[in-house]
Amino acid sequence: MNPEAIRDKVAVVGAGCCKFGENWDKSPEDMIVEAAFDAYEDAGIEAPQQQIEAAFCGAVYPNRGTAEVADGLKLYDRPISMVQNYCATGTDAFRFGVFGIASGLYDTVLVVGFDKPKDRGVSGPSIATTGVRDLPMTPAGWFSLCAARYFETYGAGREDLAKIAVKNHHNGTLAPKSMLKREITVEDALNARMISWPFGLYDCAAQSDGAAAAILTRADLAKNFRDDYVLVKAIAIALGANPQADPDFDFLRWKPTVYAAKQAYAQAGISDPFKEIDVAQVHDCFTLTELLTYEDLGFCEKGSAKDHIASGTFDLKGELPVNTDGGLKTFGHPTGATGVRMIYENYKQLQGKADARQVPGANVALSHNIGGAPQACGIAILANP
Amino acid sequence: MVGIHSYGAYIPMWRMPLAALGGGARKIPDNGPEKAVANYDEDAITMAVAAATDCLEGIDRQSVDGVIFSSTTYPYKEKQGASIIAKALDLRRDVQTADLGGSLRASAGALRVAADTVRAGSAHCVLVIASDCRIGAPRSGIERNVGDGAAAFLISDNEVAVSLEGTHAISDEILDVWRTEGDPFVHSWEDRFVVEHGYSDRTVEAVRGLCEKLDANPGDFTRVALYAPDARSHGGVAKSLGISKEALVDPLFGRLGNAGVAFAPLLLAQALESARSGDRILMASYGDGAEALSFAVTDRIEKIQNRRGVAWHLTRKSSLRDYDMYLRFRQLDTKEWEAGTNSGISATIHFRDRDEDLSFRGHQCRQCSTMQYPFQRVCFRCYARDDFDEVRLADRKGSVKSFSFDFFAGSPNPPLVATMTEVDGGSRVYLQMTDCSPKEVKLDMPVEFTFRKIHEIGGKPNYFWKCTPIREEAQ
Repeated sequence: MNPEAIRDKVAVVGAGCCKFGENWDKSPEDMIVEAAFDAYEDAGIEAPQQQIEAAFCGAVYPNRGTAEVADGLKLYDRPISMVQNYCATGTDAFRFGVFGIASGLYDTVLVVGFDKPKDRGVSGPSIATTGVRDLPMTPAGWFSLCAARYFETYGAGREDLAKIAVKNHHNGTLAPKSMLKREITVEDALNARMISWPFGLYDCAAQSDGAAAAILTRADLAKNFRDDYVLVKAIAIALGANPQADPDFDFLRWKPTVYAAKQAYAQAGISDPFKEIDVAQVHDCFTLTELLTYEDLGFCEKGSAKDHIASGTFDLKGELPVNTDGGLKTFGHPTGATGVRMIYENYKQLQGKADARQVPGANVALSHNIGGAPQACGIAILANP
Repeated sequence: MVGIHSYGAYIPMWRMPLAALGGGARKIPDNGPEKAVANYDEDAITMAVAAATDCLEGIDRQSVDGVIFSSTTYPYKEKQGASIIAKALDLRRDVQTADLGGSLRASAGALRVAADTVRAGSAHCVLVIASDCRIGAPRSGIERNVGDGAAAFLISDNEVAVSLEGTHAISDEILDVWRTEGDPFVHSWEDRFVVEHGYSDRTVEAVRGLCEKLDANPGDFTRVALYAPDARSHGGVAKSLGISKEALVDPLFGRLGNAGVAFAPLLLAQALESARSGDRILMASYGDGAEALSFAVTDRIEKIQNRRGVAWHLTRKSSLRDYDMYLRFRQLDTKEWEAGTNSGISATIHFRDRDEDLSFRGHQCRQCSTMQYPFQRVCFRCYARDDFDEVRLADRKGSVKSFSFDFFAGSPNPPLVATMTEVDGGSRVYLQMTDCSPKEVKLDMPVEFTFRKIHEIGGKPNYFWKCTPIREEAQ
């Protein structure tokens, strides 16, 4: 294997995103069109039917899948494929787009991530049951499984989680397309109704509808689109054992993140992630997921996250700002769109176009998703040329 | 000689103070009369598995070649209870199973049928289980009367601890207590009629008939396990038969409640807990007639050890006090959405997973010994393919590796306590914890396993195992 095979081969020349939220009056196709045309406009693509040679999509609960993208955008007579990989779905769709370009087969491809959970009539995730053992348990229940052991081992607690929620609520107010725009306090977070201990309402991501898109091209063609293009340094996916069955699980980390980070850093040639990465969007489906991710990505030592939370390391004005657009927590979490939405935010940050939430001088940006029990992690690293 | 080789009992943890029934602001005394109430995840089948597990303590399950399950509250109208119980207990495949129901007298009949089966030689060790979870209409007298519980006995011709001396049955036709198809509630005619012409007359007739066969007097019995619908009629029949107060097994009114088919068997189990060699025990049961059984205790009674029995379960209790919660436990509350209307659990997945889900077996790798759950094709640690032994986990203990309290998952008694539990030996299983308070849940706390309804998706009881805190032994 050659981990450097794709480094700097693929450029992002356009990105788009629809407004995330409870989009009661929008269909999946409406959101796909808004995100894709936002990306077309950003990339200067005026004739997508001529210029987009293939599309790679991601959605976790689509109605019709690829046909929704083809019909919505009238992209016929070309390949459209759909990827599903839990919450890493959007990142994985992007990965196949990168491979399509890096192989040399296509010059320009579209990546679209979307999901429309709010057509299902339930608040929070709905659960389909086929086997006896499956239920009744929820994503909040799965992702909280590291809490008791981590808290006891490292002396962290709900207060540390609350500070992450406060940070992401603040950042969300600065992102025009985010779902929630409301500052909260640590007390708000601690006193909110309990969903699944230790997660109160504000420890949980806002489930929302949404779509996000990116336009990829070969690095040597990027200048035809724009000068401020962004290069793909790494795109990694890793699966880990089901933590609900793994006989070697320690309840202090999510293994898929550790695995995917190792791949991504090898691809990008990164040896000291905390120093080399300027901005990161990480999967904060629940506040504890973000806390563990700081450590699992190697941004800080295992067990030290609470000290960094206290000192503001990951705040917008900290040394390594995380979830600058509010994250899943407030930007929203349409599962298939989330990974692409993070790439949209990192692309804007690298271009210096993130307005009030801009991280000064951002040159290397990481995005991260983890999903399932959780078992699947996706990581993308983008950088300025 | 044929008789009882082993026995066990189960009474659910929850107690409903009778003063709290019906709701309202009445004062609920701390030590007032109460009844045993099955948790929302329990039914006649799960309680039967628990009583049978107590009965089978220290006994080779391969020796059990028959199961007769008696109940008036089977969850299924068509589909056998005994076969579900046999699977949960991991009994051998050629075990003979049958259900016996329809009357509160079914359990006495089950004991007799089991003994006759062993005498006839068609089986040698028959597990007889009586379990009931009856429901009276909200705020009715029957609601106050009924309690939940189960008892189990192994009937064998080998190492008999209590021999069955004789039986006598009376069959009668009377519409005194009944429940019809589609009706969840037990009904009864006016109580004085029921007691005079039903319970009292028939029970006295059955006991006298038995005594005649045995050339004995009712007063000859050391202990008498006497079914009765209430304390007053219990005393009345004892008086008619000349049974002394000392001989009467405490009928547990105000503590257990009328446990239906399991009532007389639970009193029999209670008698056996303090029985000595040479004791004679009378059990009498009622329903569409009556049946009396006479037992003689042998010196092998001393060999039955480590039973939780009735005494332990009476001590292990927690007060429900909340009528609304009681209604939710019995699914008598009104909900926004009708439960279980979707197509539910895939029958084929249920079929494939039955060894893991019902027998609670895991895999042990033959190459590296790693224990794992559920069944794997490739080992988690050494990656060996299809080289596993199946190991039963249900009878082991475990410890809690992680937990959360889920208020979002639907539960009649939130929060749902979800745990990652390590079964002794190493298997990790994602299990709910039941019969517990969130306050007592701690990392590394020891737990045992209990067979429960995990949900009723598809309108059917779906059974799986849960973990539960290991309680102190009864004083």
